[in-house]
Amino acid sequence: MIKTAVTLAGVELKNPVMTASGTFGSGAEYSEFVDLNKLGAVVTKGVANVPWPGNPTPRIAETPSGMLNAIGLQNPGIDVFCERDIPFLKKFNTRIIVNVCGKTTEDYCEVVERLGNEPVDLLEINVSCPNVKEGGIAFGQDPKALEAITKEVKKYAKQPVIMKLSPNVTDITEMAKAAEAGGADVLSLINTLTGMKIDINRRTFALANKTGGMSGPAVKPVAVRMVYQVAQAVKVPIIGMGGIATAEDALEFLMAGATAVSVGTANFFNPYATEEVVAGIEDFMHRQKVEDISELIGAVK
Amino acid sequence: MSEKTKKSLKIVSQEEIGKDIFSMWLQADEMAESARPGQFLSLYTRDGSKLLPRPISICEIDRENKRIRLVYRVTGKNTGTEAFSKLHAGIAVEVLGPLGNGFPLHEAEGKRVFLMGGGIGIPPMLQTAKELNAEKTAVLGYRDELFLNEEFEKYADVFVATEDGSAGTKGNVMDAIRENALEADVIFACGPTPMLRAIKNYAEENNIPCWISMEERMACGVGACLACVCKSKEVDSHSHVHNKRICKDGPVFLSTEVEL
Repeated sequence: MIKTAVTLAGVELKNPVMTASGTFGSGAEYSEFVDLNKLGAVVTKGVANVPWPGNPTPRIAETPSGMLNAIGLQNPGIDVFCERDIPFLKKFNTRIIVNVCGKTTEDYCEVVERLGNEPVDLLEINVSCPNVKEGGIAFGQDPKALEAITKEVKKYAKQPVIMKLSPNVTDITEMAKAAEAGGADVLSLINTLTGMKIDINRRTFALANKTGGMSGPAVKPVAVRMVYQVAQAVKVPIIGMGGIATAEDALEFLMAGATAVSVGTANFFNPYATEEVVAGIEDFMHRQKVEDISELIGAVK
Repeated sequence: MSEKTKKSLKIVSQEEIGKDIFSMWLQADEMAESARPGQFLSLYTRDGSKLLPRPISICEIDRENKRIRLVYRVTGKNTGTEAFSKLHAGIAVEVLGPLGNGFPLHEAEGKRVFLMGGGIGIPPMLQTAKELNAEKTAVLGYRDELFLNEEFEKYADVFVATEDGSAGTKGNVMDAIRENALEADVIFACGPTPMLRAIKNYAEENNIPCWISMEERMACGVGACLACVCKSKEVDSHSHVHNKRICKDGPVFLSTEVEL
């Protein structure tokens, strides 16, 4: 019997595979393709204190082995989320991680406080979305601001707090240390890389927002490098993501030092990706005679 | 709701039926059984650097032989559609579908119906014409070269408009309606946004119930990523903002529900 369970801030996940926020809604759409009971956790799309309409279209553009998105955190607001999305996810035997977004520190804290009484396992604080003008990344690119908002959120949070880090910084380890100093229980990385695409026929930007967040297999080497660097710099566990499409990709992140991994853009080109990554990790463990997944986490020094 | 799956489907045949317009029949098995007119399939290229599936409307469904026909335009050099156009019979393509809602045929049964298509919005109107029991008038708009128009003649009265005047009415589908003094009780339409806007205005001025099939850049195709939204008149019951998901809540919307 192999052991695939991992623990994040005292919360045990049956396996290290979760979804990346924004790529999986609240699970309903992809539950027609995958058995959510097989996943370590479902990470929801970001939710704010009130509904957000998001950005104008076009909101996405394809790039070589990747894509740009500028959805702009469209979400139905915390009230609908608590009435509809959390009860849906509770029907499954998987952990629920809610991604929280906001424009101000107060917005984040309001949502975090509201979720305190909900059956949610962990909170992921999105301080790294590159597609909204206020809030979001403004908190995620300055270590002092990141430490401050982490401290504030921790005051209101009943569940362990994951701070999601932006790769659009000079030194991600500085940001990781700031979040840890602010009391973050877990770090997740990377959010998308800011990019741009020009539509040469229309002589304009491919995205209405001009810039967008780049994701997909093309960003994976950058993400693996950052996970490795952060793993050397902090003691808190890491959720690694960025271009994971297969079990082999996920194993790279685990060996680089991630305790868990998220599958994001891959859902769009393979709606079965999450379940396949879970099965592939188990296969790898059988083949390599790994009894406990903890043997693989941070195996590369 | 029809069952969505992602499957590898064999190409039965493929031919170019107009300049850059290709017609592909797929052995679609259960997808052919559950697909409805106005729905679409998302096709994946065999090129790993092109990640996202390409949404293509269903042109015809042959339920007896479990086949689906797609008619699509090659949109440029090095595009996914160009790659599809080079595939021949016997090759398999990865397909996600059937996706979207389709046209509400019951709203038009027994009535006088316009089936309006513009450019590459014409193909989905063919299966709609085949399945609908009504007094059907197909109004088809082209830039210049015609395609599929003869196939509509089996199922509907056909009126054509061309921008260059080389066939039918010179102008667009609205010009064809005026020139031929056509009338309808219900409208189903698919085509470029300016055409849909004109049809929506015409329908609302004349109190004609009208359903339009819309288009936007898509990623997931199943309603999760919120890339392909359109503006809704009222706060949408799912999104709780003025946005509807074209891939999941559409692509077919009642014209009065959306803003163009």
